[in-house]
Formats: sequence, C-alpha cells, structure tokens
Amino acid sequence: MTNTAFDIELPLLLEAVYRKYHYDFRGYAAASLKRRLLQAMGRFGCRTLSQLQDRVLHEPALFPALLDFLTVQVSEMFRDPAYFRALREKVVPLLRTYPSLKIWVAGCSTGEEVYSLAILLQEEGLLERSLIYATDINASALERAQAGIYEAARISGFTDNHRKSGARSSLSDYYTAAYGKAVFDKSLKTNIVFADHSLSTDSAFSEVQFVSCRNVLIYFDRALQDRVLGLFRDSLCRKGFLGLGAKESLRFSAHSYAFSDFSPTDKIFQKEGS
Amino acid sequence: MTPSTGAQSVDAVAIGASAGGVEALSMLLAALPASCRLSFFIVLHIPRERPSLLAEVFGGRCALPVKEAEDKEPIQPGTVYVAPPDYHLLIDQGPAFALSSDEPVHFSRPSIDVLFDSAADIYGERLVGVILTGANQDGAEGLAAVGRAGGRTVVQDPVSAAVAYLPEAALKEGPVDLVLSLAQLQDLFASWGAPG
Repeated sequence: MTNTAFDIELPLLLEAVYRKYHYDFRGYAAASLKRRLLQAMGRFGCRTLSQLQDRVLHEPALFPALLDFLTVQVSEMFRDPAYFRALREKVVPLLRTYPSLKIWVAGCSTGEEVYSLAILLQEEGLLERSLIYATDINASALERAQAGIYEAARISGFTDNHRKSGARSSLSDYYTAAYGKAVFDKSLKTNIVFADHSLSTDSAFSEVQFVSCRNVLIYFDRALQDRVLGLFRDSLCRKGFLGLGAKESLRFSAHSYAFSDFSPTDKIFQKEGS
Repeated sequence: MTPSTGAQSVDAVAIGASAGGVEALSMLLAALPASCRLSFFIVLHIPRERPSLLAEVFGGRCALPVKEAEDKEPIQPGTVYVAPPDYHLLIDQGPAFALSSDEPVHFSRPSIDVLFDSAADIYGERLVGVILTGANQDGAEGLAAVGRAGGRTVVQDPVSAAVAYLPEAALKEGPVDLVLSLAQLQDLFASWGAPG
C-alpha cells in the first residue's frame, strides 16, 4: 500500500473542514473523495491538497463551491424503475394501512428522488396523508430540490423511467415546461419538508414508516455506513421499510440483523418486529 | 514468460475493454489456471439498461469464481470481479471495493479510468493493467496511471483487437510494458498459476 503525500493530506483536509465548517467528511470512502478532490484542485488551481486546505481555511467564500465537489450526487427521476415498481406493487399496499405516513428521503441532493416518490404517492392516492422529509447536508442542493426545476433535456429520460415504474398517469401532468426548463407542480411540495440534516453528525428526528436512501451509503466507509443504518433503524417504526440503491446491501453492516429482506432484488428491506 | 509479469510479484490484475470485449475476455479468463491466486477486476462497457449477466457468462468458462463486485466487499485472492452496470467500481483501502454513481467518465459508467486510477493508488507496483479491444478512449489515461504508480502495463496489439481504437489510445497515452496479441495474452494469463 502506498502512503503518498495525498494520503497524508487527505485526513488533514477533512479534519480542517470539520473544525472550521462543521461538515464531517471524515467517514467518507477515500477512493471517491480522492477523485472529487483532484477535480476540485483543478478547478481552484491548487497543485496540492495542502494548498487547497490553505485556501479553504482562509477563504470561507470558497467553501460552498468545495462542498459541491464533495457532495455531488448524480440522480434522475425514477432511477431504476424496477425499484419504484416494487414500491408501488409491494410496499404501497402495506403503507395504505397507516392513517398517516411519514417518509424520509435521506441524502436527497437536488430532489429528483423526492419528486418521484411524491408523484408515485399521488398516483396511489397517498400523498395527501403523507409527510416527506427530504434531507441533505448541501444547502445549495436543497435549494435546488425545493425549487423543483430541472433541465427540459432531462425530461424524456425521466418520462421513460416513470412509465417503466408502472405509472398511472403521465409525467407531464406534474410539470410545466418553459424556457428549456420543467417546473414541477407546487402542489407536490405541500407535503414535503426540505431540511438540512447530516447523516454523519445529526441524529434521528422522527418516527417514519419508510426510509429511501439510495446511492448515498456507497460514498461512506463501513463505520459511517453502520452509523447511518443505525439511524434508519432508530427512525423506522416496527415493520417499517428501508429502500437502498441497486448495488447497496446490508451484508457488510453491523445492523444486518435489524432488517429482513422484503424484496431483495429491489433492495427493499423491512425492520424486524421485536 | 517475462519475469516482470510473473505472479509472484503481483497481487491484482485490472482489465478494461469495450467493443469486442466479451469475446476477448471469455478467451482470456478461460486460460486462467485454477491455482491462480491473483484478484482480477474487470470493467467492460455495456448498455446500462441490460441486467448484467457478465458474471454468469464468464463464470462458465473460468476456473476461478467470477462475481459482480459489491460495495465494501473485501477483495479475495483467486477471484474474478466484474463491475456492476451503471456504477463506477473503485478499489479502496482494505483492499475492498467501493462503488460510486458519480458522473460518467468519457461517457462511461463504469469507467475503466476510474477503476485503474484507484487500483493504482492501492496496489502500486503490485498491479497489472490490461487494456483490450474497445471503441472509446476510456482506459488510456487509467493505464498510464498504473504505469506511473509502478505497475505493469499491457495492451492488446491493435492489429489483433476487434476494435483498435482503445488499444491505440492507450499506446499513445504513455509507455506500455507489453503489447501482446490475443494468443500471447492467453499465454500470459495461463502463466498466472500459483508458484511452484
């Protein structure tokens, strides 16, 4: 194993960011962080990570831009249509039995997944009695999520995914296209709460029946994954549901015992009774 | 076989291919001896919509176990790992796998460059990078990174490749230790048995 200057500088930078800005990336998987930080170094004209640390510590205005590198999440509406189809066909019938629903989209980034769920719940007649918590650590991503405006060029992909998810309506029912943008209906947002929340440092905040957290855990190391899965276990009601990304699993987690497979191919798990 | 690619000094082999790669890889993996103790990481560009059957396809022809790499999975010797569709595959400390859904690199996710860069970081000189047939330049920079980290670099001779674009891009990008025909590559893979 190599121990390059970069390997020495990386934890120092993360420690500096944590102490100065209280954003904790110390439990992020190093390999992905490294790629992103190399890109950030290119953008900010820094030859080394130490130079980047110098600038981040002494130029607070730079930090939001760095945060965008550290938290970049690439998402789309109804990504992995099979996941949404499984929610619709297998999870929704059980969610219906609750008089009111709370759902947590953890690490919602720019909101594509949140609106996908809101549309699905609307189609299933559940949105009115649902409250969706959409959380992320990146304030500018949350703002974009709250705005619900996406490039029109992305809509055909979203529409295709939506159709494959077993849609009961047309995606175009939910947005207005104007000036190359698609603006999603305000009515979808009535039952969504957008909130700043760190999976690294904050605790559980409400009891929910369903947590959707897809392609977020892959960016965390195993210790942080365990922390976060512990948060989900604590947040979920008995027999509540957890949805993960297509290639995420509980296999290597300390909390695998707390969940059972509900729809394993779709990565939907259920909190054990007890 | 040249001692520089002997199995004794190497822990892992990273392989990248796109167009024409299924056929080439099938032949190479079939040549691996059951006693091989190296870990193999494969990125093959495939359409994202198709559920990946690569592990099954290759598994039937390979003496080593072949599986799709999982996030945080510890890397075992004597195992062939294939990147899952629509995720980047990275090697992280452990060594273990890490997945990412970051933007495509050279229009590719998984990207060969992403795998090779991260594997070079972790394995350094104990890595062999192999670039096979392909119609995209993803992989050329990654192979150069393997070389800079002290690893061995191998490129399929463009003349023997189904699609020469990727091997040619890799040869242009940086110095390459070995340029081998598919038959010579088979010999190399066949030589990776346990020492003694």
